Amino acid sequence: MHLHEELVDSVSLPPEDESIGVLKESISPKRMALKRYLNHHAAVASAIGLIIIILFVVLAPITARYGVNESIFKAEAGLRNQNLPPRAAAWFGTDSNGRDLYSRIIYGAQVSLLIGLFTAVASVAIGSLVGAIAGYKGGWLDDVLMRVTDVYLALPLLVILVVVRGMLKNVDWVTAIMGPSTSVRFLVILLTLVGWMGVARLVRGQVKQLKEREFVEAAKALGASTPRIMFRHLLPNSIGQIMVALTFAVVGAITAEATLSFFGFGPDAGSGMTSLGLLIRDSKRAVPPGYWWLVVYPGVFFIILSICINFIGDGLRDAVDPKMQQEVK
Amino acid sequence: MAAALSVTDLHVTFKTLLGRVQAVRGVSFDVEPGEVLGVVGESGSGKSVSFLGVMGLLGRSAIVEGSALVGDTELIHSSPKTLRRVRGAEMAMIFQDPLSALNPVQRVGHQVAEMILSHQQVSKSAANQRAVELLDIVGIPQPEQRAKQYAHEFSGGMRQRVMIAMAIANDPKVLIADEPTTALDVTVQAQILEVIDRIRKEMGTAVVLITHDLGVVARMADRVQVMYAGRVVERSDVSSIFHSSDHPYTRGLLMSQPGLGRERLTPIPGAPPNMLQPPSGCAFRARCPHAQPVCAGEIPELVKVRLTETACVRAVELEEVAV
Amino acid sequence: MLRFILRRLLWAIPTLFLVTFVVYCALRLATNPLASYARTNPNIARNPKKMEAYINDNGLWSGFGGYIRGYFNWLGGFLTGNWQRSIKGSRPVWPNLKNALVNSMRLGLIASVFGITIGLSLGIFAALRPGRLRDTAVNTGALIGFSVQPFISAVLLQLFFAVQWAKWFGQPLFPTSGMYPPGHEGFDLLLMLKYMVLPIIVVSIQTIAAYSRYMRASLLDVLNSDYLRTARAKGISERRVLVKHALRNAMVPIVTLAALDVGAIVGGLIITENIFEYPGMGKYFLTAEANGDFPELMPWMVIITTSVILFNLLADLAYAWLDPRIRLD
Repeated sequence: MHLHEELVDSVSLPPEDESIGVLKESISPKRMALKRYLNHHAAVASAIGLIIIILFVVLAPITARYGVNESIFKAEAGLRNQNLPPRAAAWFGTDSNGRDLYSRIIYGAQVSLLIGLFTAVASVAIGSLVGAIAGYKGGWLDDVLMRVTDVYLALPLLVILVVVRGMLKNVDWVTAIMGPSTSVRFLVILLTLVGWMGVARLVRGQVKQLKEREFVEAAKALGASTPRIMFRHLLPNSIGQIMVALTFAVVGAITAEATLSFFGFGPDAGSGMTSLGLLIRDSKRAVPPGYWWLVVYPGVFFIILSICINFIGDGLRDAVDPKMQQEVK
Repeated sequence: MAAALSVTDLHVTFKTLLGRVQAVRGVSFDVEPGEVLGVVGESGSGKSVSFLGVMGLLGRSAIVEGSALVGDTELIHSSPKTLRRVRGAEMAMIFQDPLSALNPVQRVGHQVAEMILSHQQVSKSAANQRAVELLDIVGIPQPEQRAKQYAHEFSGGMRQRVMIAMAIANDPKVLIADEPTTALDVTVQAQILEVIDRIRKEMGTAVVLITHDLGVVARMADRVQVMYAGRVVERSDVSSIFHSSDHPYTRGLLMSQPGLGRERLTPIPGAPPNMLQPPSGCAFRARCPHAQPVCAGEIPELVKVRLTETACVRAVELEEVAV
Repeated sequence: MLRFILRRLLWAIPTLFLVTFVVYCALRLATNPLASYARTNPNIARNPKKMEAYINDNGLWSGFGGYIRGYFNWLGGFLTGNWQRSIKGSRPVWPNLKNALVNSMRLGLIASVFGITIGLSLGIFAALRPGRLRDTAVNTGALIGFSVQPFISAVLLQLFFAVQWAKWFGQPLFPTSGMYPPGHEGFDLLLMLKYMVLPIIVVSIQTIAAYSRYMRASLLDVLNSDYLRTARAKGISERRVLVKHALRNAMVPIVTLAALDVGAIVGGLIITENIFEYPGMGKYFLTAEANGDFPELMPWMVIITTSVILFNLLADLAYAWLDPRIRLD
């Protein structure tokens, strides 16, 4: 309700002098955003959860109990090390090669988070730039961007990823740059090639709105150059939205990696590395014999990781865009 | 004569993220049948909120206390059923922006007929017939055809006429017009005010005219009450407000408005107080040129000073200043 | 209105030509049909003459000009019903594709109706008490639902309802693969539904999460609108306010979104169908992709792009029909 918003606006500033009640100082928008974020309990809990996960992953030499390809003990006659249920020597059990699942989840999360982070940063950088130019300049560039991304949004993501991947891996000069189709580099570039489009649309919309605002008009009237307006005014003022996009891009990239790996389009496990996607792919084979730990632990870990990042994104969105927070409690 | 609407000690508080906002803090007034009461104040002074609160239209975050009688029906803390019976039938409301206040996907005739059907035992076709008549009464040409159109097909003034037609459909005792002309062109404003005035004369409806435009008040109102920071600070008949106001805020308001024979406009310095923690004593004292330590004491009550009722402890002293 | 439809349909024709040309080039690159053919038919591959004939019959010329000629060659065949035979098994493509399409639409429609109905109900339930416990619960639940990716929920459900259930109760509760038991002939609704239960749950988690959020946002928007206040000021019953005014208006964007989503059903539920071995469009796509079977993939892509374009038009029409403010011209 307009009225309500007006009221909330008029009270968002605390009084300097209570007895007089005239406002002298205001809370900065950043502090207001932080306040709103902290008010989103799930987002706060998720941030703590993600920090713990990142600590585990960064401190892998300490937190992981075994190497990524190390079996928990040497198999001997009458003493097998494969597919063991959880026990003291392997908290989450062992896989079909006798390796410790707990340690492998840490190593897998390492690779997945790196893929997610690199992809997200690259996608957001490219997407913000293209989106800002398209939104600010309009014209044919804007049209092309919208039409291309229309197609991208309409088709199933996996189809696009699979087809684009197939194209890239068959072109020699592309693989020279991107590496073989089973490398992590190839995957990150592939995901970036597809992932920037969503960000571009979002930033475009934001910039299109900001462009009409007085301070941009004023900068234009004062003769500021286009790059200056973009980098000094439009992008900094969209930074909140870009942060939100970055967060969701991370979870998007991790999910895309897992989906591709699940169907065998991901990085190659042979190189002594693993990822969450590869672990979940292995879990498929563990279903029929009922090795539940191989299914439950990687799957649930992946879900928890996505939940944390999704809630952080949700909290950030509420924080930077108070309109989304419809009713104050 | 019994008042059409009688409000006593009305309080409205909003629960917000930062605390409780005391939007209305003890407001009492009566509106007589057939009179126009002008309610004036800055945005955030509680003028609209008072009436939305009385009508029970503020939503869950608002706490409304006090008493509001329409005829003998108490509205505050009454059952949803009672509220429903009064709303639209005894007491109807017109809002500021008629485009957003009309349902965009319903034909306007249907929206007017819905108002009739919800309070009168008539057939659908009779209600539709009556809706067309009402559109005619408020001066919409070709009402038959226009009834079948949607709000976006109307001009601003015509939309506001639709709102009025809807509001008077059940011949209400009280018509609350919340900034009815603010969103309209100046030429259209006059026409809308004329329609409201005609209805008041013909139907004897009590009209509450909420506005920040003193020109509208001067033209339409019989009595005026000025609100500041959730309280009534001055009340009188319309000519006394303009000619012998005793409250510094009302005077400031008059000085800051153009078009009333003034050559220079003098704005009131400062901004309205924060209603999360309303100031003690007189809420206006931080901006008042005549503020003294005494103003920080009790919250001043309305007292008849000369021709107006004024809520200012220094009103009698200030009288000399004014003369 | 009619003019709008005709114009949009006329526009769809060049769009389709352009899109199918891009898809043709992408798929030729990605699947490398010639190599796939040689791989499947090693005997023919050794015979340059027969290979030459295959290239000329199917328009698989190389180079930019070759792609253009090849596209028109393919287009002519496609439009006259002279479809290329599949590389694997050299079968006609249409019968398989048609079955896959029907199966996907069955699963997709049932799952959509189920998921959207529940999602909308939850969204309404939440929006009616914004900021309260139920709102937080639905919102939180939706974000968690987004994080439960189909490839995880599918594997977890298979483990629980089939493998573990069989361990505990002697037999699995639900079948985990296919549409009917092996060797089944004919149509059997109940049996089919039993096979659909797990796939529907997997798909619905995402659908419910998405639609509960859409509906909540849309309804909150309407509930905070001025015209809803007008409706309340009329003194009509709260029920009527909600149904005739709030829901009616809130459904406008939802119907549009649903139309787009139903259009995407034709593309199949790639992940779900593949995990549950459900013989739909998604399974068809990945199988054909694995075989590098260009003649099978190309019509698949044509069908889904056509469907996307058609349902886009349908969404626009639905929007205009529901909201008189939208004018189509």
